Amino acid sequence: MTATAAATGRRAVVTGIGVVAPGGVGREAFWKLLADGRTATRRISLFDPTGFRSRMAAEADFDPVAAGLTPRQIRRMDRAAQFAVVSAREAVEDSGFDFAAADPGRTGVSIGSAVGCTMGLEEEYVLLSDAGKHWLVDHTYGVPHLYGYMVPSTLAVEVAWEVGAEGPAALVSTGCTSGLDSIGHGVQLIEEGTSDVVLAGATDAPLSPITSACFDAIKATSPNNDDPEHASRPFDAERDGFVLGEGAAVLVLEEKSAAEARGARIYGEIVGYAGRSNAFHMTGLKANGREMAEAIRVCLDRARLDPTAVDYINAHGSGTKQNDRHETAAFKRSLGEHAYRVPVSSIKSMVGHSLGAIGSIEVAACALALERQVVPPTANLHHPDPECDLDYVPLTAREHAMDVVLSVGSGFGGFQSATLLARPGTVAHEGVGA
Amino acid sequence: MTGTATAPAPLSATGVTTPTRAPVVTGLGVVAPTGIGTEEHWRSVLAGRSGIGPITLFDPSPYPVRLAGQVPGFSAKDRVPSRLIQQTDRWTHLGLAAAEAALADAGVVPAELSEYELAVVTASSSGGTEFGQHEMENLYQHAPDWVGAYQSIAWFYAATTGQISIRHGLRGPCGVLCTEQAGGLDALGQARRLIRTGAKLVMTGGTDASLCPYGLTAQLTTGHLTTVPDPARAYLPFDADASGYLPGEGGALLVVEDADAAEARGAARIWGRVLGYAAAFDPPPDSPRGPVLARTVRAALADAGLEPADVDVVFADALGVAEADRAEAAALTEVFGPRGVPVTAPKTLTGRLYGGGAALDAATALLALRDQTVPHTAGPTAPAPGYEIDLVLGEPRPAELRTALVVARGHGGFNAALLLGHRDN
Repeated sequence: MTATAAATGRRAVVTGIGVVAPGGVGREAFWKLLADGRTATRRISLFDPTGFRSRMAAEADFDPVAAGLTPRQIRRMDRAAQFAVVSAREAVEDSGFDFAAADPGRTGVSIGSAVGCTMGLEEEYVLLSDAGKHWLVDHTYGVPHLYGYMVPSTLAVEVAWEVGAEGPAALVSTGCTSGLDSIGHGVQLIEEGTSDVVLAGATDAPLSPITSACFDAIKATSPNNDDPEHASRPFDAERDGFVLGEGAAVLVLEEKSAAEARGARIYGEIVGYAGRSNAFHMTGLKANGREMAEAIRVCLDRARLDPTAVDYINAHGSGTKQNDRHETAAFKRSLGEHAYRVPVSSIKSMVGHSLGAIGSIEVAACALALERQVVPPTANLHHPDPECDLDYVPLTAREHAMDVVLSVGSGFGGFQSATLLARPGTVAHEGVGA
Repeated sequence: MTGTATAPAPLSATGVTTPTRAPVVTGLGVVAPTGIGTEEHWRSVLAGRSGIGPITLFDPSPYPVRLAGQVPGFSAKDRVPSRLIQQTDRWTHLGLAAAEAALADAGVVPAELSEYELAVVTASSSGGTEFGQHEMENLYQHAPDWVGAYQSIAWFYAATTGQISIRHGLRGPCGVLCTEQAGGLDALGQARRLIRTGAKLVMTGGTDASLCPYGLTAQLTTGHLTTVPDPARAYLPFDADASGYLPGEGGALLVVEDADAAEARGAARIWGRVLGYAAAFDPPPDSPRGPVLARTVRAALADAGLEPADVDVVFADALGVAEADRAEAAALTEVFGPRGVPVTAPKTLTGRLYGGGAALDAATALLALRDQTVPHTAGPTAPAPGYEIDLVLGEPRPAELRTALVVARGHGGFNAALLLGHRDN
């Protein structure tokens, strides 16, 4: 009665990358910032941060008009949606995939976001409540697209419309692991056979007063306001919290054999993905890194790789005391002695922590690192922490031979996710149907 | 080292393999306007007892919509640990209550199972809206340091999944899908995916609760809410007098298990089987291409290996907006033929519950399969002219039910279809 499960034989590869990140719009500006080890953190300009505990952020210098959005798109879309659509457009162009000629029903969309269209929701709230004066807000001031701000699914809607996708579409929202989980979901759609191509990525634009205030309240963000450029200090002994960021990255994922058949440029193959949860605390982390280590272990197992195959780890590296300790423990627990040999870095030192978006931005960084064989550095790491004793690639990017890279994320809710990306042709899989 | 030891590693990045047995539903937890508890909900549905009434959660008098489906007599302090009440929004209170009920119904003690094989995936449509409105009021009426510590964990869409995972020690993969009213089915589809990738038990479904002034105001902007003041004549899907829908709160959580694992632990009851699932997305509003609902239903049938004639009842999306009702009736007619299958929409008794809506429909469909009864759609008097569907009206209809189809559509273009089978299927 019981059938035997077998591999589907379908694999997902990355054939296009689009990025909107602090430090410059577009994939190349993003990579240049990382390769130069520059930081894009600064005093917040998107609103007046006077009176807030943390008054810094990594802001994207994003002009929706210059980015090619139409007046109606700009009016209708929250900043997070604008980031997502512009990133998707760049990814599509980069992929060379002819979406117009493809069966729209075989194109899927999987977009991650931690806080959705918060910025639009907050701006409209201020108007409708007249700066908080009225609990019974005045609905007659409601803009027609207000509901589109309340439901984050709008972000997936806009990307689907942008590319004409009619396959499965979803907004994946698992807090700060959203950007890894949305790509994982996209890979699932391809592997199980429901889609042949998926726009997968994540976006967040959380630089608004309510989000800054909520992280102030739990002292998660850095108060080092006198030196914004050096405030995001993952793995440094003097780290004192993360610095908020914003942005988006969208990838074109394609079924591997189809991508190869059309001669697509392949950045890498997603060879492993797994998520686990600590069931411990909404914001607290156990020091031993147990569940993140388990996610990494399952991820390697699915890829059929030994820990020693990992050539680079793109860390979550948020720069909070507990995260960086937790994560260091997780790497040691899952990779053993190899943890001391593999370069590890956190690009949050440069582009800040854009919540749900950052996971996809980091996978984009991994794909570019693989292609260019350069490890982005951890900026601002001057004072080694005895509890964080791995090779974090301080300050300067490093040329490094890489076939397999690991990217991890950790988020509120206790979620831990891991993704493995391999350079094309470097990881052999067993044949299918054997 | 963990419970995943025996099976060979799948040749897949995400663990996806070819399907084996259909997963089973072993536990239901309902917290809905039709009642707290699965049987109370079902009694209300069969009796046509509506949970729609004047909004009491806030003063609705300034608004053109003053009716909604509220969960009657829900007291968080009776059903949620006191520490969690102040840390979470009402949407999560409802979710925690439903999850606890579903686990109890399934007879599962998570600590007795392998922790990493226990997953959670919920649907959320709008997060902790009421909590967020309070905290924004604190911010704008006072100062940034008036915003409480729990805003960071109560408002975001992952709050319910995270809290369920923590409360019950479920350490497997966790997920949250936001596709508005389609979310409940997408969560069930994802639960099946997780079972195919190594999970043994998934807590899934969804709740929502956006009945606060800002939440209602946002919903008003779609123009899809009815302003008819008579609760009996307001939400009339497929009727010639359809004028929109009413919102509601609550939903359902379901325990879905790998069939072999459920047998191995001696699960007391199988509510039904998850036979098939599909999702798709409509073209943009200005596109000459038509909606994808019929294709979505066919894809779910193909996924289940079933023919249209195998479907014994359809739980409709039933938006109550003429254009959408017409499109849904046309899609069902295209797949099943004119009046080819009984169609029903008990959601007229609850209003649309967004992230909780389709999950509740799935729970109701499993009750219908158990009792071999199609619940009726309370409210409409007849399908509008041109809608060639067999809409079950007036009273419940006894019928031989082996397979139920649940369809759902989410704002913006999300479509999902789920096929549930009788436990003996």
